[in-house]
Amino acid sequence: MGFDFDVILSKQDQLISGIAMTIFVWVVGTLLAALIGFIVATARRYGGVLVDKALTVPIEVIRGTPFLVQLFLLYFGGPYIGLSLDALPAGLLALSVYGAAYFAEIFRAGYQSVPPGHVEAAECLGFTRIQIIRNILLPEMALLVIPPSVNMAIILLKETALLSLITVPEMTMTASAIGSQEYAFVEAMVLIALVYWVLVELAGLLGRFAEKKLSRYRLAKA
Amino acid sequence: MSDNAISVQHLVKRFGTTTVLDDISLEIPRGQVSCLIGPSGSGKSTLLRCMAFLEEATDGSIFIEGSPLGFVYDGAGKRQRQSANDLRKVRSQIGMVFQQFNLWPHMTALGNVSAALRRVRKMGKAEAEEKAMLQLRKVGLENRAGHYPSQLSGGQQQRVAIARSLALEPKIMLFDEPTSALDPELTGEVLNVMRGLASEGMTMVVVTHEIGFAATVGNQISFLDHGKLLFTDAPSKVFAKPRHPRLEQFLDTYLDRGASTLI
Repeated sequence: MGFDFDVILSKQDQLISGIAMTIFVWVVGTLLAALIGFIVATARRYGGVLVDKALTVPIEVIRGTPFLVQLFLLYFGGPYIGLSLDALPAGLLALSVYGAAYFAEIFRAGYQSVPPGHVEAAECLGFTRIQIIRNILLPEMALLVIPPSVNMAIILLKETALLSLITVPEMTMTASAIGSQEYAFVEAMVLIALVYWVLVELAGLLGRFAEKKLSRYRLAKA
Repeated sequence: MSDNAISVQHLVKRFGTTTVLDDISLEIPRGQVSCLIGPSGSGKSTLLRCMAFLEEATDGSIFIEGSPLGFVYDGAGKRQRQSANDLRKVRSQIGMVFQQFNLWPHMTALGNVSAALRRVRKMGKAEAEEKAMLQLRKVGLENRAGHYPSQLSGGQQQRVAIARSLALEPKIMLFDEPTSALDPELTGEVLNVMRGLASEGMTMVVVTHEIGFAATVGNQISFLDHGKLLFTDAPSKVFAKPRHPRLEQFLDTYLDRGASTLI
């Protein structure tokens, strides 16, 4: 028997809403993860030894356990400690926190890559700490943090598929449902594999574009 | 207010159990060039960095134009950190030039020089860049304004760094081995800019291995060794014979390299 994509495509409305949900969870989750990760890395840099040490623990725990386990713990275990979340907010929270642990390390490396003298020069000129982060540290580390950030975004996109297991109606869940109903499971999986791959390529493209734009001053040699 | 731009009083700096600066007291007269010389590890760079509060002294005080730098003593005589705002205010009177230039690689020469005018002095872009161009002209680099640091030679980078510090019109300029990363030819162009500044009456503190520069441009020379300030005097006295035995030993290494004509 041959593949029959028509039955899948006849459910395109459901599919499109699943894809839209995946993109939504992915983009919002990644942005939140990057934001939290940046805040954590900044707190570790400026908050003193205690804050630095205290923040190491959650980072190590999150990086040391599978995302699926964390997701289940939050969604099914949360209610035991009074944290009853619907599937979507639970999924978004789990994804953001999971990604944040990695982004925190990416930004820590970014901070460390900037020569201390560049910061000292700004301090001597009277820049405030926030001005130094904004005008010196972030622009200088940008080129270094982009490739691992894109990488992380790609990983997070693929992890969104696991949200189907707590009933977030994203594209893996939608496609499995359609595939089972229509006896076209493999076709459904082939289709969403393609969509995931296209999204990954788009993310990579965006990253390379940003790198190229930022690297103009590094490549420039007299 | 005294005649001294900087007053260092009983400064002590320890890293763990190592004493890097051992009870240093030094007056930097206004409008003059003070040079700090001494072998590597003598503490001269650390002393200079303390004057910019890039290093926190373990004990003692530094006054910039009469104001305490970094630490203040409360009513009970206890040493406390100055507020970030007060520190910025005192620091705004000094400009610092580093051995490694420390230009920001993502900004052009003009961007480097105008950044503090825009961020710290809150000037508009046009005004800040106009002022920055004046400083770049002063160091002879107005035609390099649009270049990134990676497109400039070491000497040009250091001149941009000097212009960057001058942009905020500091009263005192600190130089931390400004030519140590440069070859002799590039060293010359940076020293020329510094000579120009000195002739305008800028108060300068220069940590240097350029004994010739110290002897010809310096008004006062301080010699440090093993964290101790051995003496401070006018160059004519410092280099006149008989010399301090430790200085004699130090200078011998220069004479060995054929630099005797400079001294």
